[in-house]
Amino acid sequence: MNSPSLPDALRCVLWRDLLVAMRRRADVFTTLVFFVIVVSLFPLGVGPELKLLRTMAPGVVWVAALLASMLALNRLFAGDYADGALEQLVLAPQPLSLLVLAKIAAHWLTTGLPLVIVAPLLGLQFDLPAEALRILVASLLLGTPVLSLIGAIGAALTLGLRGGGALLSLLVLPLYVPVLIFGAGAVEASASGLGAGAHLSLLGAFLLVALVFAPWATAVALRISVE
Amino acid sequence: MTATINWFKYASPPAFYPLTGTLAPWFFAAAAVFGAMGLYVGFFVAPTDAQQGEAYRIIFIHVAAAWMSMFLYVVMAFWAGVGVAFNTRLSSMMASAVAPTGALMTFIALWTGALWGKPMWGAWWVWDARLTSELILLFLYIGFMSLQAAIDDPRRADRAGAVIALVGVVNVPIIYFSVQWWNTLHQGASVSLTRSPSMAATMLTGMLLMALAFWMYSIAVVLLRVRCIILERERNADWVKQLPEPQR
Repeated sequence: MNSPSLPDALRCVLWRDLLVAMRRRADVFTTLVFFVIVVSLFPLGVGPELKLLRTMAPGVVWVAALLASMLALNRLFAGDYADGALEQLVLAPQPLSLLVLAKIAAHWLTTGLPLVIVAPLLGLQFDLPAEALRILVASLLLGTPVLSLIGAIGAALTLGLRGGGALLSLLVLPLYVPVLIFGAGAVEASASGLGAGAHLSLLGAFLLVALVFAPWATAVALRISVE
Repeated sequence: MTATINWFKYASPPAFYPLTGTLAPWFFAAAAVFGAMGLYVGFFVAPTDAQQGEAYRIIFIHVAAAWMSMFLYVVMAFWAGVGVAFNTRLSSMMASAVAPTGALMTFIALWTGALWGKPMWGAWWVWDARLTSELILLFLYIGFMSLQAAIDDPRRADRAGAVIALVGVVNVPIIYFSVQWWNTLHQGASVSLTRSPSMAATMLTGMLLMALAFWMYSIAVVLLRVRCIILERERNADWVKQLPEPQR
């Protein structure tokens, strides 16, 4: 039997993961609702004053996005690990790092992208002006893939470990710090008239670096965990 | 035949184990001597600071601990990387042995920083760039140790720990600079750790002596800890069984 060509294999992995996610729509939905609930809790905690909320909004939305995408990380490999599909992936003739990249892409499409789409709505609740909403969406669009990419390393390392969820957050959250700083910073910078260009460029740089190194590190981690 | 040095003699646990036993007391002694000298210089010789009074004297502990905290992370990542690259057991054991001391140094740096911050800035904690990145460094240490603790198979623990240590070491500069930039954007230079550039020579001497003491202490403790790890991991090996009882 011939093994499929690399683009075919990648498309196959991507499509399969999207299909699995669509069959378990509740999971995708849970992440999204978690995001919305966490953001909605902040005004209840600090009071409804619009001026305060407006300054807090970028940070709140970003921290909630961080937590939501971290909660979803468990699903990235756990299902495939449990049913043995992951071992087949590791054994496949195609480079594991690229297959992993396809999986991460599917994961981002089902967890990260919905957050980006909902974020402007939440921003409106915090009375953000239109310009800030645009920057918020742009920063999330550049930043959430980085979260998925870095998170994949942690998810691969903690595969099948006891206390995996809490451990995963301990490993991954400190590494999220730069993304949080520049993601939330972009919105604040545009609000204060500095312009968000520098922040967004840096987020783009993080994305490119993570695209190169994270799938590779994830592949190494998966081999350690699966063997 | 030319006489060559066998560089890898001490890369094997049976050869390294007796060496650690011989060296550790010397490093402890050196730590005590340098520590005594450094504290004497720090408390009795160094002059009182013109701006900060006596409170600045915590610098002699704080700076040494902060240096070690950052340096030990690199050492840990180095040994973890060597362990994965060359598949040497002892290197990975060294990485595991360094981590708790590194975390301790980070904690001491944060703690003494808080004690120093209260009289100087009027607050135990400010979101200064260095404090924040030091705090994140502590999280990175804790992550490394918890990951290793959660994995039962020592070989998997070594290699998984190496991945997270190396990812961390790549990220440390990024985190440091992003925190620094975040800080300068948020608040102006209202709070700054930078002291007046001219520092009395005796202060510098005291700081260097204390840094040496912390170095020696760290080496000694890491050697003792790696001894325990070697015994634990190699407990079924013949050479461990042949050790005389008190050494075991």
